[in-house]
Amino acid sequence: MSDLKSQIPTASVDDLYAESGHWHVNTGEETIHAKRMPGKWRRYKWWASLVWLVFFFGPYLRWDGRQAVLFDIPERQFHLFGVTILPQDFWMLSLLLLFFAILLAVVTAVAGRVWCGFFCFQTVWTDVYTLIEEKLEGPPPKRRKLEQAPWDAAKARTKLAKHSLWLLIALFTGISFVAWFNDAYRLWGELLTFDLGMVALVFIALFTGGTYLLAGFMREQVCLWLCPYARIQGVMIDKTTVVPTYDLNRGEPRGRIKKGEPEDRRSTGDCIDCNQCVAVCPTGVDIRQGQQEGCITCALCIDACDSVMEKVGRPLGLIRYESLEGLESGSCVPVARRPRVWVYTLILLASLSGIVWGLSTLGSIDLKVIHSRQPLFVLQSDGSIQNKYTLKVLNKTPADLPVRITASGPEGLVLVGDEVLVTEHGGLVARDVFVRVPQAKLDRESQPISFVVTGQDSQGQVYRGERTSVFIAPPSVVRN
Amino acid sequence: MADKNPFPGENNTGHVWDDNIRELRNPIPRWWMIGFWISLAWWVAYGILYPMIPMGESWSKGVLGWSMVGEYQEGLEQVEKVRAKYEEQIAGLSAEEILADEGLTAYTVASSRVLFGDYCAACHGSGGQGGDIFPVLADDDWLYGGSVATIQQTITNGRRGMMIGHGSMLSEQEIATLASLVADWDGASEEARTLYQSKGCFGCHGADGKGIQALGSANLTDAVWRFSDLDPVASATYTITHGVNDPNQPKTREAVMPAFNERLSENEIKKLAVYVYKLGGGQ
Repeated sequence: MSDLKSQIPTASVDDLYAESGHWHVNTGEETIHAKRMPGKWRRYKWWASLVWLVFFFGPYLRWDGRQAVLFDIPERQFHLFGVTILPQDFWMLSLLLLFFAILLAVVTAVAGRVWCGFFCFQTVWTDVYTLIEEKLEGPPPKRRKLEQAPWDAAKARTKLAKHSLWLLIALFTGISFVAWFNDAYRLWGELLTFDLGMVALVFIALFTGGTYLLAGFMREQVCLWLCPYARIQGVMIDKTTVVPTYDLNRGEPRGRIKKGEPEDRRSTGDCIDCNQCVAVCPTGVDIRQGQQEGCITCALCIDACDSVMEKVGRPLGLIRYESLEGLESGSCVPVARRPRVWVYTLILLASLSGIVWGLSTLGSIDLKVIHSRQPLFVLQSDGSIQNKYTLKVLNKTPADLPVRITASGPEGLVLVGDEVLVTEHGGLVARDVFVRVPQAKLDRESQPISFVVTGQDSQGQVYRGERTSVFIAPPSVVRN
Repeated sequence: MADKNPFPGENNTGHVWDDNIRELRNPIPRWWMIGFWISLAWWVAYGILYPMIPMGESWSKGVLGWSMVGEYQEGLEQVEKVRAKYEEQIAGLSAEEILADEGLTAYTVASSRVLFGDYCAACHGSGGQGGDIFPVLADDDWLYGGSVATIQQTITNGRRGMMIGHGSMLSEQEIATLASLVADWDGASEEARTLYQSKGCFGCHGADGKGIQALGSANLTDAVWRFSDLDPVASATYTITHGVNDPNQPKTREAVMPAFNERLSENEIKKLAVYVYKLGGGQ
């Protein structure tokens, strides 16, 4: 026993325990009641939050007699104003996802967790929920007091009002979400006549419950413990990233203003240890401990610190957007000279041009040709070789359209089968056709063959789709 | 373990080893524990509602009475319901009438693929490409006729080709001459044509050599070979010598299509006839 004991350095063990004593882990035992202070960043935050109005009102826009943006899952169509996107075009979705993933990366690399602090639904909804809390229950000290207070009629009334409002917002969130996938006006009709489908009902319930729980109760716990993006973004930040930073060179040693001590001969730094930066933090962190996982970079502590500095007559920006490198050396590599930014920007441009190219070349008629593999070729009684093709014609025009099929390729080819095909609008029609080529004309085992479908709608607009496939001949025929 | 906590005020469990190693209390978030208990409750509820616990040969059935096979049956019923409207129409139509309707034809072809795979593909190939001694269904050469009605008849009653082996009736030289005629009809000698007539080949294969579909005799003038076409002369020599399905010839070629009227319903045969017709050679 004593041997073992001698191996353990006692002092370092004591240090560890001492450190863990100070180590505060926010597990949500105590509700964080953040103080609300006006300021520049507070204003920016509201402007950023306005983006979410699109979420609430977007579904009600109309275009060509239908919902302007509609994700029609049962019909497998996605309407984006005048454009209809079908599952065949969904490669663009992967480019879109790539675009947003890289956008997140580049913004985070340059300016930290901008998404978390200003745009994330968790942040925005929590912000609105706590605003309601403040309006109904008062500022943080009153709220804490109300929590301790015994239940009476007044407390019950206040709490009832708050939770009703929260639930109302949650309900509208749920309805708005579902409205992107159903016709919004019909959805409201079904909602008001209690005639909602099971799927819509379940999703509205899920989103209502989820919003109420996450924005009302879980709040910063979501960012700390549940959200993977919070962690991912943490590793995207480097020394050149500007984030809300406490300038410890200026601030330390922190200390309260002593009465009678002249400003030019004080022994303390600029930080007056007023704790306002902690009081306003929605996730309850102390920014003066440096960049940390709990910080969503919402910049509200900058507003708080600046208003205090203004009051005590010290320069603003004790807490400001600053990079670690800037803080240490006073200067930082300009954004335009960082390789990471360039690489990200190139990927952004590539994916964006892919999407633009895709959207602008979405044909109205899409032809796919599948060459039958079993059998690859069939010898006919007159000695010609026959190949079978399945033509799939996708019609994205708003009306049914008869199309004519033609084929060109090996000399002397004959297209066997009906040449006119009526395609349904928004649908895929398949047709088997056979192509025969006289043996004498076949000099290669495989040669290109091109199929074209053309159709004309009632307004005289001509639509055309083309696809190249192969004509396969048996090797024995080619040798002869 | 010490009787008295040597570190009062510290958030420890009172368990201390080696004087200064102690276990601290760091409980996981309460909401996390709530989630844990909810998931346990979910598990219990799931076990009550759905089949879950194995019990020897059996298992707990769950109060909802749900079963996977039941769900499969339900899905099957739904498919049958969708299909019913076409199946009813098809039942009342002949194969020709089905072919006259593009939509019904498409349905028939799509819904008969499995049937073809189960009953036909083993010999004729999954795409009707034939194989070894089994005829190609995707070409336009038909021993018994390529109309959909004939195809239907072929599937229903089967076929059994018949050609007597001529090995004992003809000299080797005569067989060789006739084989050369079959191998290259247009370029054959006058002698071969005379032999064809004098030996009575035309009785089955027709004066023009194009075969007689009522008998199922092969068209000798076209490019398609009923049996191997790797070496046409050798192939023709073999067939002329040993015949097809000749009971007296031990080395005769075998060519039997079984009857399906006892294995398949009339309706299924009709659908298969349409399927085969659409493989590429229907006439």
